[in-house]
Amino acid sequence: MGYKWPIVIDLGTDGMTERRSGAVLVRPVRTRKLAKVPFVELADGRVQGVVSSGSDIARVYVSSVTADGHGLSCSTNNNRPCGGLAGPYPCKHVRSMVDEAVLQFGLDRVARYLRVDVAERGDVLAALTPHHEPTPAATVFSRFLRHLTYLERPEVVEPVPELHWFGATGTAG
Amino acid sequence: MLATHLDALLSADDTGLDDTGLDDTGLHYTGLDYALTAVDGLDDALAHGLGRLGEPERAALTALAGAVSAAPLAGPVAEAVAKLTAGTITDDYVAALAGARAALLGAAHDALLTTLDTALGRDRAEWAGTGTDAPGVPLAGARSWLTELAVTGWRGVDEGLVDGSAPVVAALLDDPRTRRLAVLVDGFAAELRASAPIATMTPLPYRRWGDLWSRAVLLAQDTWPGPPDTTPVSGRLLPLGVDVHEHATAVQIQVHGVLETAEGARLVRTSVAAAKVDTIVGPAVWTLFSCPSLLAALAGHRSLELTAMPLAPSGDLLWHDAAATPGEPADPFTTARLALPTATGAAVPPLDRHPVRIAEPVLLEDYRVKDGAAVLDGHRLRFDTDRLPGCGPLTPALVRASTACVGLLRWDAGEWSVQPLAVRATAKRQPVTAATADWAQGPTDPKVAKAEAKNDAVAVLRERAGRLLRS
Repeated sequence: MGYKWPIVIDLGTDGMTERRSGAVLVRPVRTRKLAKVPFVELADGRVQGVVSSGSDIARVYVSSVTADGHGLSCSTNNNRPCGGLAGPYPCKHVRSMVDEAVLQFGLDRVARYLRVDVAERGDVLAALTPHHEPTPAATVFSRFLRHLTYLERPEVVEPVPELHWFGATGTAG
Repeated sequence: MLATHLDALLSADDTGLDDTGLDDTGLHYTGLDYALTAVDGLDDALAHGLGRLGEPERAALTALAGAVSAAPLAGPVAEAVAKLTAGTITDDYVAALAGARAALLGAAHDALLTTLDTALGRDRAEWAGTGTDAPGVPLAGARSWLTELAVTGWRGVDEGLVDGSAPVVAALLDDPRTRRLAVLVDGFAAELRASAPIATMTPLPYRRWGDLWSRAVLLAQDTWPGPPDTTPVSGRLLPLGVDVHEHATAVQIQVHGVLETAEGARLVRTSVAAAKVDTIVGPAVWTLFSCPSLLAALAGHRSLELTAMPLAPSGDLLWHDAAATPGEPADPFTTARLALPTATGAAVPPLDRHPVRIAEPVLLEDYRVKDGAAVLDGHRLRFDTDRLPGCGPLTPALVRASTACVGLLRWDAGEWSVQPLAVRATAKRQPVTAATADWAQGPTDPKVAKAEAKNDAVAVLRERAGRLLRS
């Protein structure tokens, strides 16, 4: 559908925006296929996510890049290190995770989070000065599980008037 | 809505929005602008941070106390302002500020709604709800986080402070009684996170974040009442259109319609909200709702026969799909032309009074679209195309090509606008009708349906949840 922009911090130049209850700050993310990378986020000072294993349906990899120093980490959720990650060279999981982060949040926001300058349509990974920095997988993995629990929350039929502040904005832009 | 209605709506200036409309509430000021100026002052102070008030911020808080000095909460607000400006910050003082702000915006809401009802000639029911007791749920964690946010000020918010909302939201989500607050705080925190670095952000959404913060503070009070009692109603529901609300972790469909019962016709809303995650967007959100009769009626433009459906005094039907069966075809434009003009508007719950909640269905016809606005006899009403949802076929282009529109009248930033829910337009020389909920049972546009068939978000996440959450 018309998600022309992945996420836009869009306050415009209209001075009235400052006094607008319905000012639109965050637009929905672009639709992306989730089979390979079901979860990605900018949090804890890292671009981090969960990558499904290509060979074992029950296994997932937790991959991350720190904003501070560009430390790369990749291991299974049981903390077994990923064999593909050695020294400063990202494995395919880190690569997929960063690609999907760019799809979901937009190049600008990912680059800003990692404090690098990337040209339009440029490669975020190429702009990093990475090193191998193993990080425990548990934090990210538990955040992913928390993310999944949203899908198990029951529907609500009492009105949530607070959502009037969050008008749907899918096709704008 | 005729040109004369629009004329009456747009020509009501501030002098029509003061004395009579506002004095009822005991607030001491002389117009909408004065009320909003007091709100703006608080919002500026919140951006700056209550923990480091300068002279302008202290003056703004004093002005806020002055603006509510004749209202029932004058005493607590005056005390809170005196303490806060002297450097003592507690959850209770912070709550008093939120209360004062809500009272001012509540008065603004009343004045605006009166103007709207007068312009349209719409009768409105009096509020007759009796709130149930406060549910007595633990809310201290939410209050602490909100106070810390206000002490720091939007400008000082960093990732660590935003992350502090996560355990708060997780706890609130677990209890159905605090779900509303959870949904609000989650949306607010996501916005703060996406806006980093806020210190250098310009312009800053002062009113919006003031709104979200103060609403959350009020919902986090132990004295916030439970939902009001309902009464069962039976009759025919004629849908007018669907307003979609959405942020990363929630989506709500709010159906506006006319309910015909033995007692007459009245405007009602019915809302269904589902939890989701940020990667579930577009037409996929419809698959999250389990109310097949409602979705079938919306997609098929049909009425619904209701039997003993619970109705709240706010005109909200609490949807139980089993209490409804899809009925005869019912075109929303016909409903808007024939049933809407004589339908009685619903009363607004006292605690929900805020201009943002004003969303009154209207029919606009025989207009020209010029510069994004409907022009009727020289009167302009802007289309709010920013609120068109991604889950339906209604696009800004269709609105530009439209000749008739069922929409919601809204007011924001000093201006009335109409949010389209359904339009009649000419596209490729063919007449078309498009409504926000046309795809409630899946996209009807073959191209979109094909693209959507490849959207694996809901399936993948449900599979992952099934495998990982219970292993």
